[in-house]
Amino acid sequence: MEKRVVFQSKWLPYALVAPQIAITAIFFFWPAVQAGYFSFLVQDPFGQSSKFVWFQNFRDLVRDTNYLESFQTTAVFSLAVALSGIAISLLLAVMAERVVRGATIYKTLLIWPYAVAPAVAGVLWAFLFAPSLGIVAYWLDRLGVAWNYNVNGGQAMLLVVIAATWKQISYNFLFFLAGLQSIPRSLLEAAAIDGATPLRRFWTIVFPLLSPTTFFLLVINVVYAFFDTFGVIDATTEGGPASATQILVYKVYFDGVKGSDLGGSAAQSVVLMAIVIALTVVQFRFVEKKVQY
Amino acid sequence: MVENRPFTTLLAHVVLILGVVVVAFPLYVTFVASTLTYDQIITVPMPLTPGDQFFENYGQVLRSGSAKGSHAAVLPMLANSLAMAVGVAVGKIAISIVSAFAIVYFRFPLRRFFFWMIFVTLMLPIEVRIIPTYGVAASLHLLNSYSGLILPLIASATATFLFRQFYLTIPDELAEAARIDGAGPLRFFWDVLLPLSRTNIAALFVILFILGWNQYLWPLLITSEESMYTVVIGIKRMISGGDAANEWNLIMATAMLALLPPAIVVVLMQKWFVKGLVETEK
Repeated sequence: MEKRVVFQSKWLPYALVAPQIAITAIFFFWPAVQAGYFSFLVQDPFGQSSKFVWFQNFRDLVRDTNYLESFQTTAVFSLAVALSGIAISLLLAVMAERVVRGATIYKTLLIWPYAVAPAVAGVLWAFLFAPSLGIVAYWLDRLGVAWNYNVNGGQAMLLVVIAATWKQISYNFLFFLAGLQSIPRSLLEAAAIDGATPLRRFWTIVFPLLSPTTFFLLVINVVYAFFDTFGVIDATTEGGPASATQILVYKVYFDGVKGSDLGGSAAQSVVLMAIVIALTVVQFRFVEKKVQY
Repeated sequence: MVENRPFTTLLAHVVLILGVVVVAFPLYVTFVASTLTYDQIITVPMPLTPGDQFFENYGQVLRSGSAKGSHAAVLPMLANSLAMAVGVAVGKIAISIVSAFAIVYFRFPLRRFFFWMIFVTLMLPIEVRIIPTYGVAASLHLLNSYSGLILPLIASATATFLFRQFYLTIPDELAEAARIDGAGPLRFFWDVLLPLSRTNIAALFVILFILGWNQYLWPLLITSEESMYTVVIGIKRMISGGDAANEWNLIMATAMLALLPPAIVVVLMQKWFVKGLVETEK
């Protein structure tokens, strides 16, 4: 898209874009290139010298069961967060759409969790579920469930999924609400005149018309679960117990910073970059065209 | 709602109230926990009504952190978080708005290249380049500094895109009129574009403030001195060792302090917040 009327200047546009381009070059591109470069190196145990080893780091990754397990963990985690987040917020949005009185209050009360940092959300839920003193852990105990997420990997996964989803509900809720409000009333009224019950109207009219929004939120939620949930994991389980909650982005940090494995961590970063690029391409090519507000 | 069905309206209210309760429950428990003593918390079940230690606990964490864990006072951490959040928001808005202006209102060689460069950054969230970025920041002597906390985060494509999209919808006649009246580009920008962009700036400010306040991974790496911690990192550092040794009442007080400022911003500026969210995702 172009403007018909533009200004003329030999130097001003360069001066205006310079800050952004400079920061982008220094803090985005240069590190990204370095990550790519590091992924082809192997360092000796003391970090004194490094050897250029072509794709060996990548080959090692593919053969590393821990890494493949991390892929599986991330897949489970992101699907759980995305699907439950979307389902719950869709339900809430549909209900919010139906009530006339108090709609604004409900909306305000439901959107504030967006403001909570993922790490803080993790801490809050970890407190509720803390094995020896959390209030929810206490109720679970009364119900006969042996709860200790420091030991049970499945329970640890449940905890981080709950904490991560809780935060996203408000975000999804807002988008669903906007999507619902853009559905023409006339369609629903016509269906009602023809005798369709609210449930029928929802599944045959509302849900299909919401599918661009749903698809969009699916992509966003998956990206969120892949990257923004680092704080949740670090503040609660730190990837444990026994790597049960070690999602890919956490493994990059763990191997690189705590494990000092520069080459392996860089190779993982490159893989993650490829995943992000793929997801962004999907988002822009298939989703942006269809979504209307 | 198409027809009037009292039952389904009642059901809707019930579901919504349940939703609000589930969403608000962690916050309520956190608040209650922040007003109890340590002993009250470790005896299960924890009381569900607020205690009387409000001033003691908050005073304690603000001035000197926890007694058994980290001793970093939370008040300076809040200041750091505020500096970071405002710095990131203002920085991003400032550099994006002028970049967008340049890209939309000028023709110059490399224009498309720069636009592409900025676009590509959407595909590189900080988590995938974390260690090299830390390396660059270290070699520029930015560790443990406000610049280090803020600068690497301010090159954002979403803000530039938002402004670009907005500028593309501004009628050409405005620019024509400005040129006819002899205004240079900067004058046009300052007197015409900026006032028009006010709502977009407000909406973006809310979103970016929250983003800046809630940053976790980057501050974690770049700060190693307690004096530079942000409050979100500070909470993590308070949780050390096993459950019983953590002073949950103080940790919860810190958590409340960590989440209140962005929550207040969201609630008070709700309209702009919603607008900002919806606009930046297009």
